[in-house]
Amino acid sequence: MRSLDADDLTLRAPLPPTAVAVPAGVRAGVGVWWRRFARNRGAVFGLAVFLGMVAMALFAGVLAPYDPLAQGVGAPLAGPSWAHWAGTDSFGRDMLSRIIYGARIALVVGIVAVLLALVIGVTLGLVAGYYGGGVDAAIMRVMDGLFAFPIIILAIAMMAIMGFGVRNVIIAVAVGFIAPFARVTRGDVLAVKEEPYIEAARLVGVRNLPIMFRHVLPNILAPVIVQAALRVSGAIITEAGLSFLGLGPPPPTPVWGSMIAEGRNFIVMAPHVSTIPGIALMITVVGLNLFGDGLRDTLDPRLKR
Amino acid sequence: MTTATEPLLEVRDLTVEFGSDGGALRAVDGVSFDVGRGEIVGLVGESGAGKSLTSEAILRLIRCPPGRIAGHVRFKGRDLLALDDAALTRIRGKDIAMIFQNPGGSLNPVFRVGDQLLEAMALHLPERRRTLRERVVEILSRVGIPSAALRARDYPHQFSGGMAQRAMIGMGISCVPSLLIADEPTTALDVTIQAQVLALIRRLAREMGVAVLLVSHDLGIISQMCHRVLVMYAGRIVEEGPIGRIFDAPAHPYTRGLIACLPRAEGAERLGSIRGVMPGLTAIPRGCRFHPRCPVAEPRCAYEEPRLRAVGPGHRAACHLVGAESA
Repeated sequence: MRSLDADDLTLRAPLPPTAVAVPAGVRAGVGVWWRRFARNRGAVFGLAVFLGMVAMALFAGVLAPYDPLAQGVGAPLAGPSWAHWAGTDSFGRDMLSRIIYGARIALVVGIVAVLLALVIGVTLGLVAGYYGGGVDAAIMRVMDGLFAFPIIILAIAMMAIMGFGVRNVIIAVAVGFIAPFARVTRGDVLAVKEEPYIEAARLVGVRNLPIMFRHVLPNILAPVIVQAALRVSGAIITEAGLSFLGLGPPPPTPVWGSMIAEGRNFIVMAPHVSTIPGIALMITVVGLNLFGDGLRDTLDPRLKR
Repeated sequence: MTTATEPLLEVRDLTVEFGSDGGALRAVDGVSFDVGRGEIVGLVGESGAGKSLTSEAILRLIRCPPGRIAGHVRFKGRDLLALDDAALTRIRGKDIAMIFQNPGGSLNPVFRVGDQLLEAMALHLPERRRTLRERVVEILSRVGIPSAALRARDYPHQFSGGMAQRAMIGMGISCVPSLLIADEPTTALDVTIQAQVLALIRRLAREMGVAVLLVSHDLGIISQMCHRVLVMYAGRIVEEGPIGRIFDAPAHPYTRGLIACLPRAEGAERLGSIRGVMPGLTAIPRGCRFHPRCPVAEPRCAYEEPRLRAVGPGHRAACHLVGAESA
C-alpha cells in the first residue's frame, strides 16, 4: 500500500472556501451571500417552495381551475381525477382551487403576523438591550410572561376575546411571536452596544434614538431576518391549528386548517380531503424551515467558521 | 505656565470610583491638571494607572452607575460634569473630539466611511449635506487618504488600520474642535504607520490650533509629541512638567524608572525595568503609593502620602525626597 505523504494531502485537500467573514459592501455582499446560499440544496428547495407559494397566492385567480367557493362543480367527495386533480370535498367544491386560494391566507397570515411581531419585538428588544437596567427588566419580564404561554393557547384565548376573522388571527399569532423577536434582538444589542463604533457614535454626539435605529439595528439585522424566516412557518402552522379548531376565518373561506378539520368526518371514505391540504401544509412548512436554516447558515455571523 | 489667560481645560480633583457602599474602588483619585489652548499634553502611565479613565471622565463617557465621577472639569469656563446631557452632546464631537485605540472597531461596519464622517459633521455644522459631502472628501485627503473621493465610498473593512485611524482623526477634526483627546491612538498600529499617524496629529494640531491630550503608555511617543507631560501612577498624578524637564531632570523615582526603561541609541546596556507591579485598586498601599517598588524609599514613605510640590518652573512632583537630594 502506498503511503501518502504530507504533500499529497495538501495537494488533494479541497481548497477552503474563501469565506468572507466581514459584512461586505451591499452589492458585493449579496453576490457572495448567494454563492454560499446556492451551495445548500435544501435551502434552494425551500426558497423555491416559498416562491411557489407566493406565485400561488398572487395568481390564485388565474391558477385555480374553479371558483373555490362554488359548490357542486364535481361529485361530492370524489377522489383525484383529471377534472379535479385534488378531488372534491363534501360540498363538491374543487379541492385544488381551495388549496391554491388557501395559500393566499396562509401566506398573508404568516408574513403579516411575523412582520408585525418583528417590528414590535425588535423595537422592544432594542430598547431593553440598549437602555438596560429597569427598562430592560420590565420589558423582558413581560416577554417572559408571554413566552410562558404556549402560542396556540395564547392565540385561542385572544381569538375567544376578539372574535373570528383573518385580521384577528394575524393579531393573535403576532402577539405570540413578539417575545422571541424581543429576546433575539436584546441579546445581540447587548453585544453590539459595547462595540467601539457605538461608543464613537455617542462621542460624536449622536443621540440615543438614532444610535439605536441607525447604528445598532443594521448590525443585528442578520439574526433578526433569520428568525423572521423561521417564524413564518410557525405562524402558518399556528394559523392552521386555529382554523382546525374552528377559530380561524369563518367557514366558506378556503383555509388549509379548516379543510383538514372538515375531512376528518370522511377520513375513511375520502382520505384525500384531509391529506391533500395536510401535504400542502407540510411542504410549505418544511420548505420555509429549510429556507430559514439556509439563511441562518449563510447570514448569521455566529455560525461562520 | 505657557498660557497667561485661563487654560482651555481645567481638571480639578477628578475622582472616578466604581462599586458602591463601603467597597468603592477609586480608579482615579483626585487628579488635577490643565491643558492650555493649542497645547499638546501627554498623559503617561502603566496599564491600570487610570489614564484612560481620566480621559473618558472628561467627556463623561463612563457609565454611571456603576461608575461615579466627582470633581470639576472646566472647559472654556463650563463645568462638563455639571452640564445637562443635551449641552454635553453639543460639546462632544464639536468642541472636544476623541479618538480611540482601536481604529477599525471605531467605524461602524455597515456604513461607508464617508457617510460616517458626514453624519458626524451634519450633527454639529449648519451647512447643507451637499456642501458637507465635499468637505468630507477634503478632510479625508487632508488626513492623507489617497484618492479620497473614491475611498469615501468604501466600507470600513476595506480600510487598513492606519487608514481607519486617519479617517477617525479626520472625523475628530471635522468640526474643528479646540481639544482632541487621543487615547492610545497608535497602539494598535505597526511602528512605521505609528510614526506617520503621530506626525499627522502633530501637524493638524499645529495648523488648526487644536489642543491635544495624548494618552499613552509609551514615553517614547510622548517625548516626540508633547509640550508637557503628566505621569500617572495608581490613580494619581505623581509628576508633571514641561517635556524637557521631565526627561532631563525627572524628579519622581517612578518617572526616572520609566525613562530608564526606554531603549537608548548609545550603549548596549540592558534595558532597565521597575521591579514589582503596580498595586491593584483593592490593595493600594498606605503612604506613597509607589513606595513598595521605590528604590530610594525611606521609612516615612510607608505611612505619609506625599503631595505634589513644585520642583521647578511648571514642574511638580509628589515625592518626599524631591528637594532633599540634589543629584
